Amino acid sequence: MATPTTEPGAAAGVFPPFDTSTFTSQILWLVLSFGLFYYIMSRVVLPRISGILETRSGRIAQDLDEANRLKDESDAAIAAYEQDLATAKTNAHKIAQEARDAGKAEADVKRAEVEADMTARVADAEARIAKIKSDAMSDVGSIATETAETLVSQLLGSKVTKAEVAKAVSNVKG
Amino acid sequence: MANDPISQFKIEKILPLEALGYDISFTNSSLFMLATVGVAAGFLVLTTSGRGLIPSRGQSISEIIYEFVADMLRSSAGSEGMRFFPLVFSLFVFILVANMIGMFPYFFTVTSHLIVTLCLALLVIGTVIGYGFYKNGFGFLKLFVPSGVPGIIMPLIVFIEVLSFVSRPVSLSIRLFANMLAGHITLKVFTGFIPMLIGSLGVVGVVGGILPLVLGVAITALEFLVAFLQAYVFAILTCMYLNDAIHPSH
Repeated sequence: MATPTTEPGAAAGVFPPFDTSTFTSQILWLVLSFGLFYYIMSRVVLPRISGILETRSGRIAQDLDEANRLKDESDAAIAAYEQDLATAKTNAHKIAQEARDAGKAEADVKRAEVEADMTARVADAEARIAKIKSDAMSDVGSIATETAETLVSQLLGSKVTKAEVAKAVSNVKG
Repeated sequence: MANDPISQFKIEKILPLEALGYDISFTNSSLFMLATVGVAAGFLVLTTSGRGLIPSRGQSISEIIYEFVADMLRSSAGSEGMRFFPLVFSLFVFILVANMIGMFPYFFTVTSHLIVTLCLALLVIGTVIGYGFYKNGFGFLKLFVPSGVPGIIMPLIVFIEVLSFVSRPVSLSIRLFANMLAGHITLKVFTGFIPMLIGSLGVVGVVGGILPLVLGVAITALEFLVAFLQAYVFAILTCMYLNDAIHPSH
């Protein structure tokens, strides 16, 4: 305890916290320093920090709003896109159906034409065949008559009349 | 410095002053009060000066302290209590920084003096009484008359309530003062063993000094905790007492 006490009242044996001679000085300086501190806190620091926090929460709220707005927009865009897609699909269906129907009708017409043509040709051909056949058949009668006459005259050595042979041939022909 | 656990609390005059017959000398205590204000206010002002939307590290600390105290006050005294936020915040930060500065070796601990803690406690109780009567008028006295108590034991209850109210500033100030005082004395005593052992026993003393050194380290850590805890306790009790002023009926 080398330091000499400047205050005679502050006896060396007094426990410092209970040394009443220092109280006025401590109270005064506490009031001054704490008062200054309170002033700085309430005027400068606390408004500033609350401002910072408010700005931040405001900014966050604003950003969230913006994000929500953008989400709504994109949802609307998706809905519009899907609507368009659905319309386009129905349109495409319709167009395809129409094309198919038109193609089918055209094909039907053509087929009918072709069929009619074919029927005509078949009928033509049949007529020609019938004609050729009847021609051939009449030829067959005369050939058979001649052949039979020749055969009879060769085999029998006798003459038969043409009329008789023709009669016999037509009998066979039925 | 003398190897005496009490001398660290001694108040030394740096600039002797006197006014109206009162001793208002600028002392080491005054110096450390101003240092506390300078460190705390300087930190809070400088770290928040950027007003960053994305806080820097320092600004985060200031914001965390702000929200810590704001939550403490709001949860115990409601949103009406937020008008006392500057007071509670100032008390908490002032006591916390004063306690922490006191943890430095050779530094003076402002809060280890009863008169300082008593003044702070009286400031709180004065605010409670002043605001309590201002806001509730004589209804503030309902604080001492709990509802639903049978008439016969009412005088006893009122007596107990008054006694507990009167003891509040005492307990508030002595808790902080005694914790800081006792902690610093313990630290000084334990670490003081080391030079004493080495001085008197030589090499054996070096070996024997290990235990007090380990204890000294452990107590230092404990004291940092106490320094924070006492500031917190002071602040939260302030919040609860302020709640009584705002809502006096139980």
